[in-house]
Amino acid sequence: MTLLRVAGLDCRYGLLQAVRGVSLEVAQGEIIALVGANGAGKTTLLRAIAGAHGPHSGSVVFDGVDITRLPAHRRVALGIALVPEGRRLFPGLTVEENLRVASSRRRGRWTVESVLEVFPLLRPRRRMQAAGLSGGEQQAVAIGRALMSNPRLLLLDEVSLGLAPVVVDAVYRSLARVLSEGATVLLVEQDLTRALKVANRVLCMLEGRIVLEGDPKSLDRDQVVSAYFGLTRAI
Amino acid sequence: MTFFNAVLQGIFLGAFYAVLACGLSIMFGVMRIINLAHGDIAVLGAYIIFFIVEHTGVSAFVAFVVALPVMILFGYVLQLIVLERSLKAGILTPLLATFGLSIVVQNLLQLTFSPDVHSLGGSAGSITTSSWQVTSGLSVSALGMVILVVAVLIFGALQLFLSRTRAGWMMRATAEDADAAELVGIDSRAVYARATAIAVAIAALGGLFLGIRSVFGPLSGPTQLIFAFEAVVIGGMGSLWGTLLGGLALGVAQTLGAQVHPQFAVMAGHLLFLAVLIVRFGGGRSVLPGVRRVLFWRTSG
Repeated sequence: MTLLRVAGLDCRYGLLQAVRGVSLEVAQGEIIALVGANGAGKTTLLRAIAGAHGPHSGSVVFDGVDITRLPAHRRVALGIALVPEGRRLFPGLTVEENLRVASSRRRGRWTVESVLEVFPLLRPRRRMQAAGLSGGEQQAVAIGRALMSNPRLLLLDEVSLGLAPVVVDAVYRSLARVLSEGATVLLVEQDLTRALKVANRVLCMLEGRIVLEGDPKSLDRDQVVSAYFGLTRAI
Repeated sequence: MTFFNAVLQGIFLGAFYAVLACGLSIMFGVMRIINLAHGDIAVLGAYIIFFIVEHTGVSAFVAFVVALPVMILFGYVLQLIVLERSLKAGILTPLLATFGLSIVVQNLLQLTFSPDVHSLGGSAGSITTSSWQVTSGLSVSALGMVILVVAVLIFGALQLFLSRTRAGWMMRATAEDADAAELVGIDSRAVYARATAIAVAIAALGGLFLGIRSVFGPLSGPTQLIFAFEAVVIGGMGSLWGTLLGGLALGVAQTLGAQVHPQFAVMAGHLLFLAVLIVRFGGGRSVLPGVRRVLFWRTSG
């Protein structure tokens, strides 16, 4: 079943065109990795799906409903949650307040307790201000905060950005538990090996377009790398 | 004893300034809007209360309760129709919008109610005149006590609202990062409208106290705005308890200044405000050498 359908999406920042005519479909239960170099338009695409960036043209359809013009907070109510790049926690709120403020009317598996169960490192930090957390802890809160709305589609933007490799491993271990429960995920990841390992489909973006798409098992790593840097096009 | 009395009267006066400053502090803290019409909105509240008193003969306090829903609605509409749109156009536009609003409110009041001054003192009952003589040099006015208690209650209630309720967390989250708040399902427009409604409602309370304490006219707003603004800055921009303390400090500075010379009262408040500005933003270290240089005619180096 198709959960998300993006058609001919164009996103601009003034004269700069960040996303150029992107179309993609996400089926329920899929884990899709979105890879590409810096400035390829990955973050903008995620933000447009989440409603944080108004597209110039094109459409976004979620579960059969056209949400192209819907503001971000209404999309959360429909079941789309974005873990933004750079985590963007509310620094003055405690860990628990960060989580509770994000709980929506959508009931489901995720509550403060079940989030703390998946991210046990947060339990002793519960009453601490988010500003005082380490990078890994902040990332855990950011993911937990997105889960609090019990999303049907989880968008993860560079969860490993700025974290030590050991911490990234820990975050991904916790994330594996979330993914194993049949979540639908679209994730942006710089680390190609990790992206290919966790996803069951890979999309590679270059200069605002999707230039390569496929099953990570059948894709040759060199193929991805050349699409990543636009090498094939140059030949 | 006159010193203690001056401090006590200053605290009462300062509590009034704190109520006036409260809404200004909320709007700056949540939306980074400096509402130049805040004083005029307080005066508008006083006029609405005055209008109700004139036409029904009820006490000023009853009239305030009646005026409250009107002011809350005014706050919502103001945010959704005027300020929301101006916020999209950069940080200077809300400043200009509220400056324009200030002029509009002043002129509408002048048109509707004439430039005459009015007072709510007569319709507030015996509270305006009763006081307790503690010792010969120390008296506690009932009105001063009421304003102080109300001020502390308002700030306490706001503190509880922000720290204990979900709506309060939503307001703090939106104040810290409106874009991220939208992404976790918070309707930032609704939160902003709520914040402005609260600010305008508390401004109306300030207008009630202004009208009971003294007189007001259509052009009384800007003076009240200056005192409110000074209270906010003295207490630290965006800090709620700071605003209460800032109001009290301003009030005490004014009554102590009045001990020196009656005409020095307001000036003493301004001087405290300037001193806080210099210490906080200029930094004593960067300003003092300059002062020394001017005083002793020395060049650095």
